[in-house]
Amino acid sequence: MKQRWIVALKVLAHAACFGPVAWLLWRLYLSLTSDPQALGPDPTHTVTFFTGRGTLRLLMVTLAVTPVRRLIPRLSWLVRFRRMLGLYAFFYACLHLMTYVWLYAGFSWSAMVDDISQRRFITAGLTAWLLLLPLALTSTAWSIRKLGGKNWNRLHWLTYFAALAGVIHYWWGVKKGVLTPTAITVVFVVLMLARPVLARRSAPGKGSPARIAVG
Amino acid sequence: MLILKKNDIPSSEITPKQDYLNRRAFMAGAAAAGLAAVAGTRGLRGMLHPAGVEAAEKLNTIKSPLSTTGEPLTPLEDITHYNNFYEFGVNKDDPAKNAGSLHTRPWAVKVEGLVNKPRTFDIDDLLKLRPMEERVYRFRCVEAWSMVIPWAGYSLSELIKQCDPQSSAKFVQFISLADQKQEPLPWSAGIQWPYSEGLRMDEAMHPLTLLTFGLYGEVLPNQDGAPVRVIVPWKYGFKSAKSIVKIRFVKNQPNTTWNDMASNEYGFYSNVNPNHDHPRWSQKRERRIGFPIWKQMQPTLMFNGYGDQVASLYQGMDLNKYY
Repeated sequence: MKQRWIVALKVLAHAACFGPVAWLLWRLYLSLTSDPQALGPDPTHTVTFFTGRGTLRLLMVTLAVTPVRRLIPRLSWLVRFRRMLGLYAFFYACLHLMTYVWLYAGFSWSAMVDDISQRRFITAGLTAWLLLLPLALTSTAWSIRKLGGKNWNRLHWLTYFAALAGVIHYWWGVKKGVLTPTAITVVFVVLMLARPVLARRSAPGKGSPARIAVG
Repeated sequence: MLILKKNDIPSSEITPKQDYLNRRAFMAGAAAAGLAAVAGTRGLRGMLHPAGVEAAEKLNTIKSPLSTTGEPLTPLEDITHYNNFYEFGVNKDDPAKNAGSLHTRPWAVKVEGLVNKPRTFDIDDLLKLRPMEERVYRFRCVEAWSMVIPWAGYSLSELIKQCDPQSSAKFVQFISLADQKQEPLPWSAGIQWPYSEGLRMDEAMHPLTLLTFGLYGEVLPNQDGAPVRVIVPWKYGFKSAKSIVKIRFVKNQPNTTWNDMASNEYGFYSNVNPNHDHPRWSQKRERRIGFPIWKQMQPTLMFNGYGDQVASLYQGMDLNKYY
């Protein structure tokens, strides 16, 4: 894959990842100025679900990189997008956490402690964010060098658990009878099953470059 | 999710309903002018609403001293497009999209059970039974969102008195329409239809409990529980049964749908209570619908602010046990 093409694709990827946030910010601006309904009847709910779904979707895309590379070795260069995708997932997760801290809890420590200890879907959500934090902090090439490739890879297995915690958080948060989390759950299960299945197909050293994210 | 632009009308304006009527006049003109005119502003929404009913009839209402004052009314657009009416789908915008298949005529409400005068009322009889009042009430959903709605109706007690319940009748049960020909009744909701709700006799006889036929001075839009529903403002919204077809007077506490679904989450009494949290989320605060994002969160009031009028019904009851 030529470097030029990679750069062009990265620009597109940035646009695709940041685009939805830009759209949300624009709707927020509209709701503050000309159109109070620009974020719908329940803007807090809208923003919460928008950022939450965005987090999960980006996590799934990040987790899809390795299975896709194993399935189609010609697409190995996708690994160079994995860090960017993972960091965007963390970005959306931070926005999602902010809607909780600011809008739901009103920056009140007692409200947050109460929620975290008593509302299990919030415990699950916070767990997911806490699992993503060290991954974001160690996303740089410097970290990979310091930790060593093997340790770094092992640390980044936390992604699976963060995604799992996120999916559970979604199921525990919706009302009974609501099945909206089904789609993302199916995607997650498929991606998790794909890894061992595809690992057996591509034997080590056969056309798959380093699994460590660079670029 | 489709978010259409709304004309900039502050909710403090005299009659938001006027805006709604203007829109319908616009629609009449637009029909002649063609689709291009309709595709603009809220014309498209206007076509979808009122769903199914011939024309939104006006209801002559008198003001009531039981109305809640001092709070801005929720825009009609939100009241009619943000609904939990699972018979028509579990998403908030499903009822507005799908309730067009509901036929509100002919409609009968059967009163049965432990009454001396059991009767089947035609909806048009019910509309004329007592003078129609405008009651502005807060409406608080268990999901922690809320609205302020100008309902139209009269106290349920007026109907109950006419039916002359026997002394053995301790509870009133409401059964909603469950008709596959008119409603999708999605299995995914996990609900055993028909929807069933109930009140203790003294709750049903309370003047605040409203047999409701309209909102904003016109008959109920389908997605809001047409043609007749009950509104119990001091309880979570799921107690306010919609599209009622049967009212039964019974001796024992009736099964209610959400209590059957998850009894640890939804009780029979379901009084709005910031001190008793839902197992999965807090009930201390609520999101007022139609407000800008930074102003939405508001503290939840005990009994939804109707404590002065209803607290006495629960004296001596542990409301953490009887949630």
